[in-house]
Amino acid sequence: MRRIRRKKNQRKRTIYLILLIGILLLLLVIAGRFLSPEQYGPDYNEKKLTPSIQHLFGTDYLGRDMFARTIKGLSNSILIGTLAAGFSACVALVLGILSATIGGLVDKIISYLVDLCMGIPHLVLLMLISFMMGRGLRGVIVGIALTHWPNLTRVIRGEVLQIKNMQYVKVAEKLGKSKIQIAFQHILPHVIPQFIIGLILLFPHAILHEAGVTFLGFGLSVDTPAIGIILSEALKHIATGMWWLVFFPGMMLVMVVMMFDQLGEHVRRLLDPSSARE
Amino acid sequence: MNKYVKYIVTTLLRMVLLLIGVSIVCFMLITSSPIDPVEAYVGSESNISQEQKDVIAEYWGLNNPPVQRYVTWVKNLLHGDMGISIAYQKPVTQILAQRFQTSAVLMITAWILSGIIGFLIGIVAGSHAGSVLDRVLKTFCFILSSTPAFWIGLLLLAVCSVQLGWFPVGFAVPVGKAASEVTVLDRIHHLILPALTLSITGISNIALHTRQKLIDVLHSDYVLFAKARGESAFQIIKRHGLRNIAIPALTLQFASFSELFGGSVLAEQVFSYPGLGNAATTAGLKGDVPLLLGVALFSVLFVFAGNFMANLLYGVLNPQIRKGEGQ
Repeated sequence: MRRIRRKKNQRKRTIYLILLIGILLLLLVIAGRFLSPEQYGPDYNEKKLTPSIQHLFGTDYLGRDMFARTIKGLSNSILIGTLAAGFSACVALVLGILSATIGGLVDKIISYLVDLCMGIPHLVLLMLISFMMGRGLRGVIVGIALTHWPNLTRVIRGEVLQIKNMQYVKVAEKLGKSKIQIAFQHILPHVIPQFIIGLILLFPHAILHEAGVTFLGFGLSVDTPAIGIILSEALKHIATGMWWLVFFPGMMLVMVVMMFDQLGEHVRRLLDPSSARE
Repeated sequence: MNKYVKYIVTTLLRMVLLLIGVSIVCFMLITSSPIDPVEAYVGSESNISQEQKDVIAEYWGLNNPPVQRYVTWVKNLLHGDMGISIAYQKPVTQILAQRFQTSAVLMITAWILSGIIGFLIGIVAGSHAGSVLDRVLKTFCFILSSTPAFWIGLLLLAVCSVQLGWFPVGFAVPVGKAASEVTVLDRIHHLILPALTLSITGISNIALHTRQKLIDVLHSDYVLFAKARGESAFQIIKRHGLRNIAIPALTLQFASFSELFGGSVLAEQVFSYPGLGNAATTAGLKGDVPLLLGVALFSVLFVFAGNFMANLLYGVLNPQIRKGEGQ
């Protein structure tokens, strides 16, 4: 009796954790949206301050409050991540299902495209796309959105191939249902959990890549608050010993990435029937 | 044996096919950029007239249709001519060769480091699965995988170089020293932090994978039998574990060339390390088309080499494929 109750609590805990992480991330985005430019703009009276109560993360050489800049930057990162992950995941869903259900030439072409995309180092591909778009914010967003589908496509393709060999799908085939009907009625519902988890787990990748490519100097202009920009500016002034410029923004980035990781992991636990009751 | 040869040939063929595709994609991406190569070449301050710019564009064949330009590019490429870099004013092949030497040292060191550290963490965690030690190591790996390596690089730089002064702040050799006077020790001194930074990228992946594999192996019947024979935990891992977990770990390690290259771009930026990744960043930012194409193509070859070695090794190490059994 006690064991059963304990298990029930585990499931509740998972749900609470998902809600908590979701709300935290949402708050971060909203806070970033409502920050006014003055709050993260320069203030020449308060240059190079170490972290204190007024300036939690200190200020930089232009007197800009690093806490506000970090929040704003993360909020931007999450929005870019949402756009990119959403687009990539949809592409992956469509391609994965097409590849596995139609098979033959279509499967070969899609697999070839996946290999093609994965054959170029991800960061180099991002640089190429950014270059193609003439750099700037658009280049970063397009790059991130266009390059994150291959992995998930493979996962979904594998999943669909497995479902295709299930008895009930075979029966549906024998009953004369068309491939499209089977794809929508029998396969799609089973792939949706994979899709949602994959979507959430794309965020960390997207955010880290966005930070990396902006750190290199592609994309956003120098005064936009973005974690990559903040860190590349910190690099320029690293010899002056202002460690807080490096430490706090990066720390927040790591925390956001880990929150998305945990979110994905817990949603998986909830949606996966074999571990939902653990 | 016959099957093994066939396996190699088909893998190789597939890779050549991919390489052609990738080269087309790279070429298309770069040539459709709105950044004008002539503008990038002459610089924005120069007062070269429009006619002269047109002459340059004509000379470079920029007005030809894309397919023709691609064919010309590939033809030159096959003759070993990759054009002249705008940013460095040197042949691209020369830059690639020189830069790759610098990068190769960095990447190989980091690659070996991450492989060994990751493998060891994986073995320790896997053989103590479920214990506190295992949980600590697992958490450590999860944190590592969410951490951008270039940030760790920045932290190392801020702490070890700036605060403590143990290591130089950047570059591959001491600044202001003649090339002939640079010693191996100098180079190693400059290599430690970048290599450490770059190795971070690979550790968690290999560790978590090895851990899982070892747990699977330890739950097998033959390990149960070995336990019944009275073998100690160490003997079991040495005799039955290592062989079985080495294959996936090695394959994984060779397949990580893509992340290795990407990571080196960032690590080299942090430490101003004059390698290939640094050249790629410069090329991308300055609109240096020949160099960017060159580096991109080179990185693709590099990834292919890694994947191919992974496939080869898989064949050599896995007796089922080597002897033509299985599939």
